[in-house]
Amino acid sequence: MPIHWEYAHAPESTDHVQYEKQYGLFIDGAFTHYDPSKSFDSLNPATRELLYQCTQADEKDVDAAVKAARKAYEEHWGSGKGSTRGKYLYRIARMLQERAREFAVLESLDGGKPIRESRDIDIPLAAAYFFYYAGWADKLAYAFPAKKVTPLGVCGQIIPWNFPLLMLAWKIAPALACGNTVVLKPAETTSLTALKFCELLQDIGLPNGVVNLITGPGQTGEYLVNHDGIDKIAFTGSTGVGKKIQQSIAGRNIKSTLELGGKGAYIIFEDASLNEAVEGIVNAIFFNQGHVCCAGSRLLVQEGVADRVIELLKQRMATLIVGDPLDKNTDVGAINSQNQLNTIQRYVDIGLEEGAECFQCEGNIPSSGFYFRPTLLTKVSQSSTVVQEEIFGPVLTVQTFRTTQEAIDKANNTPYGLANGIWTDKGSKIFHVGSQLRSGVVWSNTYNKFDPTSPFGGYKESGKGREGGVQGLAPYVHLESNVEAEI
Amino acid sequence: MSKEQELLIIPKTYKNYVGGAFPRTESGRYYKLNSLDGKHLANVCLSTRKDIRNAVQVARKAQASWQNRTAYNQGQIIYRIAEILSGRRHQFEAELESLGYSKEVAQMELESAIDLIVYFAGWTDKVQQVFGAVNPVASHHFNFSRQEAVGVVGMLAPEAPALLGALAMLLPNMVAGNSSIIIASEKLALPLCTFAEVLETSDVPAGVVNILTGKKEELVGHFVSHMDVDALIADPTLSFELRKELEVGSTSNLKRLHFWATGCTVDEIHSTGKSVIENMAKSAKDPYRILDVQEVKTTWHPISE
Repeated sequence: MPIHWEYAHAPESTDHVQYEKQYGLFIDGAFTHYDPSKSFDSLNPATRELLYQCTQADEKDVDAAVKAARKAYEEHWGSGKGSTRGKYLYRIARMLQERAREFAVLESLDGGKPIRESRDIDIPLAAAYFFYYAGWADKLAYAFPAKKVTPLGVCGQIIPWNFPLLMLAWKIAPALACGNTVVLKPAETTSLTALKFCELLQDIGLPNGVVNLITGPGQTGEYLVNHDGIDKIAFTGSTGVGKKIQQSIAGRNIKSTLELGGKGAYIIFEDASLNEAVEGIVNAIFFNQGHVCCAGSRLLVQEGVADRVIELLKQRMATLIVGDPLDKNTDVGAINSQNQLNTIQRYVDIGLEEGAECFQCEGNIPSSGFYFRPTLLTKVSQSSTVVQEEIFGPVLTVQTFRTTQEAIDKANNTPYGLANGIWTDKGSKIFHVGSQLRSGVVWSNTYNKFDPTSPFGGYKESGKGREGGVQGLAPYVHLESNVEAEI
Repeated sequence: MSKEQELLIIPKTYKNYVGGAFPRTESGRYYKLNSLDGKHLANVCLSTRKDIRNAVQVARKAQASWQNRTAYNQGQIIYRIAEILSGRRHQFEAELESLGYSKEVAQMELESAIDLIVYFAGWTDKVQQVFGAVNPVASHHFNFSRQEAVGVVGMLAPEAPALLGALAMLLPNMVAGNSSIIIASEKLALPLCTFAEVLETSDVPAGVVNILTGKKEELVGHFVSHMDVDALIADPTLSFELRKELEVGSTSNLKRLHFWATGCTVDEIHSTGKSVIENMAKSAKDPYRILDVQEVKTTWHPISE
């Protein structure tokens, strides 16, 4: 058995962090007044206490935001110099770096993710995306050989609650670099860092209307999707909502990119380094409480090492610290909301009803907030609901395989195709299996790595289009031929 | 025996092309095509849902092995199509003329079609080099992005040009590594049916390209609802109703849907054929269409001692 270390509490200080108790919307460079008649609450998921209140944008507000974005686009942003746009994006990147600790604390307070993750991953990566796309703004001609590149116009962008500021960066940075303006709706439960980001935009002097923020539930998003004034919708969220959005924009000549659900396979071959592979599992499924669309939520392990892997994994899970997101020792923080907690519990119940066996690590978890123990479901089959559907929580299913082909077939046998992982010491096997997996990302001997230069996005029902890299520019531009075809 | 009887022409039966074979539609239904002067040319298959399902099945089976061939081999196979078509171009020109093309426009279309095949044959081993990437991630990983086939693709060829319009859809898909099911022009169906004979005698593996004839408005719904079709290509000259049906219906399994301007109306071919073919030949040479029917796959691997 592993040694159990006792950790002293190491809470991150919140003293230097300030936020309002009530927020309006951010339209045309200014915050509107908080409107108590359209208010909604945002809780701290670690305590269930009220953190702040937001204004729910209605149809009129959305219209005002789209008009402000259109005005900024028409008057200067769409036709301005790429180098100028780049300079604004660089300013954003730099100021996010300066205020990184503050944003990290806010992100963990608002969303429940461990401070270690928001501090080391979410916020630094958000800044890196702005820095990366800043540099593209005046180099677009090199991204699309033989094409004349023009912006699309006004982009409606809708983002989820699992990586609030990071998803904002993924959306806003390439859109602005390409000369578009933006109306962005953060998720209902995580508006705080987006609102603080708008304060930052005021500080760096971004021209009014280039970025507009409308807070609210799904209804606000619908107003945005159905607005006549948008040229593009970028959405990250569930596959169900993604399909609805795609239907809403049918026949309206609106471009779209969708980053949707996933059900990533995490394939361990017998020749893999098992200790490293088990550490990788922790990163694949318990990172951010499993609230990750590309999570490795299906463990596929080769029969000969299955028992050993499961034993090692259980030992490792016993050492995971579930608790206060602001404690620097915490591995698994709070589930984002009561709703999500219910969803995860419901899926685990379905799994048990369908014959799965459940293992959860022991130890104390806080009684006040929304918490869920890291969970293993064994004795599942390919057709089990918990194997086919996305749970979006710290729940890992375990299946075994004998041959390489069986692993590939099982990995591909869901409607999703976002990411998969391969663990083996054999390079040729990585390339063989990797080429057969139907997913936009393949992590080999690693998992859940992200970088602004690295395109991310799904095959099949996991979405369409890519975010990140040079490929991440394509969804935000209009291309026309720039050469004589006959050369 | 009179001279007339000796010279009696043997008319061709026009059929679908599925899995490298030439089956009739299982429905037994057909429509008549006449020449401009009203003579009966052919009975053409009115394909149904069952024909689409059969075609998707063989296309799916053929796709992986087509994708897994070397780029060099794919390039040679596509080039071989141009060789065979070039040898039979006069037959195609005559067929286009029987459908009302002027001699000049028919010749232009064949020239452009052969050119376009050669153009795309040259892309197979260059797509990864021009559009792939090695990504300089800020960690100790080797990271690269490759273009990969999207899978099985359904296409609605424009009404005209009869051959060039269909090839402008087919060729980017062949280069992408996809297998294709294409619905021919309804009024100018014959040249694409005959083109199936070119494919059959080239080295294109059975099932990689499948050709059906029929009415688009009958077939669109079966295409969009089929859960094993990965992408759909249509021409923007399609009616607004059909375009909307494609856009709404393709969300069933999030098919990739693209409208490629590859065609015109039959009337335009007769009135301004020359300039239409010229424009189409030019705009069809667009390698970005290959990217439309591919996915980007990004692979990470750690770098360590």
